[in-house]
Amino acid sequence: MTKNELWEKIKHSIIDGNKVDAVALAQEAVDLKVDLTEVIESGYVPGIQKVGDMWENGEYFLPELITSAECMKAAMDILQPEMEKIHIKAHTQGRVIIGTITGDIHDIGKNLVSSLLSANGFDVIDLGADVKLEDFIQTAQDREADLICVSALLTTTMLGQRRLIELLREQELYDRFKIMVGGAPVNRQWAQDIGAHGYAENAMTAVKAAKDLL
Amino acid sequence: MISTLKPNLKLLSSELIQQIVAEAYIVLEKQGVFVENTEALALLRDAGMQVDSSSQRAHLTNALVQKCLSTTPETISIFDRTGTQEYIVGGDEVHFDPGSAAVTILDHKTQTQRKATTQDVIQFFRITDSLPYLDFQSTGLISGDVPDIISDSYRLYLGLQFCNKPIVTGTFRVEGFKSMFEMLSAVRGGPSALAEKPLAIFDACPSPALKWSNLTTQSLIDCARAGIPSELISMGMTGATSPVTITGTLVQHVAENLCRLVICQLAEKGAPVIFGGSPSSFDMRKGTTPMGAIETMMIDSGYAQIAKSLNLPTHAYMSLSDSKLNDSQAGLETGIGAVLAALSGINVISGPGMLDFESCQSLEKLVIDNEICAMALRLVKGVEQRDDPIATHLFEGFTADTQFLSNPHTRQWYRQEHIFPDIIDRDTYDYWATLGGKSMPTRAAEKVEELLKNHPPNLLEQNVRENLKSIMYADAKENGLDVLPDLGY
Repeated sequence: MTKNELWEKIKHSIIDGNKVDAVALAQEAVDLKVDLTEVIESGYVPGIQKVGDMWENGEYFLPELITSAECMKAAMDILQPEMEKIHIKAHTQGRVIIGTITGDIHDIGKNLVSSLLSANGFDVIDLGADVKLEDFIQTAQDREADLICVSALLTTTMLGQRRLIELLREQELYDRFKIMVGGAPVNRQWAQDIGAHGYAENAMTAVKAAKDLL
Repeated sequence: MISTLKPNLKLLSSELIQQIVAEAYIVLEKQGVFVENTEALALLRDAGMQVDSSSQRAHLTNALVQKCLSTTPETISIFDRTGTQEYIVGGDEVHFDPGSAAVTILDHKTQTQRKATTQDVIQFFRITDSLPYLDFQSTGLISGDVPDIISDSYRLYLGLQFCNKPIVTGTFRVEGFKSMFEMLSAVRGGPSALAEKPLAIFDACPSPALKWSNLTTQSLIDCARAGIPSELISMGMTGATSPVTITGTLVQHVAENLCRLVICQLAEKGAPVIFGGSPSSFDMRKGTTPMGAIETMMIDSGYAQIAKSLNLPTHAYMSLSDSKLNDSQAGLETGIGAVLAALSGINVISGPGMLDFESCQSLEKLVIDNEICAMALRLVKGVEQRDDPIATHLFEGFTADTQFLSNPHTRQWYRQEHIFPDIIDRDTYDYWATLGGKSMPTRAAEKVEELLKNHPPNLLEQNVRENLKSIMYADAKENGLDVLPDLGY
């Protein structure tokens, strides 16, 4: 198999959402001792980009999008430890702390954003659901994050987004991180009102908004 | 797998159906019907019926009606222009087509009605061609830029050239049939090929009550002999031209349609006939005939149920509105009508695009109604069992993090189980606002523009177009016209 053939196979495993192939090809690349940076840049990234294009064109909907993102993540879970072994740092778009806000256990939207950010080259630290405000701030500091993404589904819990930003201001950390908010009741006006840097109304626009912010 | 229940609306008990049909038989035999056509009267006389030539009144026996019912096909096959796509008209098959013969178009820019030009009519056919949930086209808009005398053949002339779908049409004059039949034959490659693969359905409307005009009756006879399906369009108006009760109007409706069915079968045994109609609940305050009235729809659903009990294909004017604009009334009347018609298993449902008591077509409404049709068609597909077991296997290994978005089962079924509308708004408020905060009519108008830009005219082959042109010009010349509008291709 030539390199180009390998890139094509990898690309299609992502486009088709075939996790078995996506993982097997990552392992094959490791075994063949191919340049893993090239594997990512020439195989997996073009695959997920094509998926994004298909979403934009209305050919792919959420199930395809998320499946492909999960395939991407599964492949990266094979490749990244191998790269670390030989001290190669995978190119990243930035480090993101993401979670659903305290008091709120609705995390499907947050999970979509998390998967897609991860698939699109962000280093994502997902804190899960019902995350305390202090935990967002502490993790962001400890892990030197670039972006904090806070999701809320309820009109009651979305108030926590405002509180988080107030806390960041009080601790003089507001300028250190970018803050992005999302969730069903959240809109652009709310994001502006509370002083969030970014807002996205769905998972794909979240990827774009994150890229624009960093 | 457990078989799928096809949802079905039944408004009449079988006892009520029996009594309505029995009374229709009595009316046909005792009162008889007026038939203003000498050929049809001769056919009835030859069949042994009592016919009074001076009053043009014929009395039909129960035995003759039953004999003719037995020779009428239960289902009809109709084919698109290429002759490759077959559609079954019968059983509970549902097909939508635009409401027919509008005399005006709703101009989106001015929001007023005006007469349509040839170019408007061409756009109407092109849009119809592009809309996936309209199986048939109809000559649903009349060109105001040609004289009325040739407007029946002229609309067919345009429809056949710009749209590939089977066509619901009809004559406005006895002579109209000749050129229309020639055009249809030219597309198919001859009269026998046309009889083998019908391309058109001809509507034939009576003048209530129990009266058949010369035009309608001649159309029935001509179509029967040419193998062209006739749609029987009785149109009682409750309390005005038919009894005020729904059941009373149904008795008249059944009597009128059975009489026409008899004429078709006497003209040609086995002739394809569709039991249709355009009755209405007459509004006693306004003196109008609302097609969006729930009682109109109840009459339609009722006669369709009776027709099915007689094993006949069915038609109705439903999924249309009396509103003058593409507003809430237009949406709600069209939506209710489309759903009830589909649930009634009506085979040919004419209505999309139509406003203002079957008189005005709107291109914007046509694209909106296409999405209504999609919903109605989805509904009557029913709730299918896709897997066995249905879902227990999907919960294996269930954890708090389980979601179904990336489950292969989702990808396997979601596009079959769910339809995705195009211009119906399901955006978040912000995204909707970002896109300009547009109303449904505005989005529909943009869709019309997009379709006209991106869906190239589905033109008939040039040599056949030339044939149609010479047939149309010969028709025009006979009526004193030398020039017709340029079609712009």
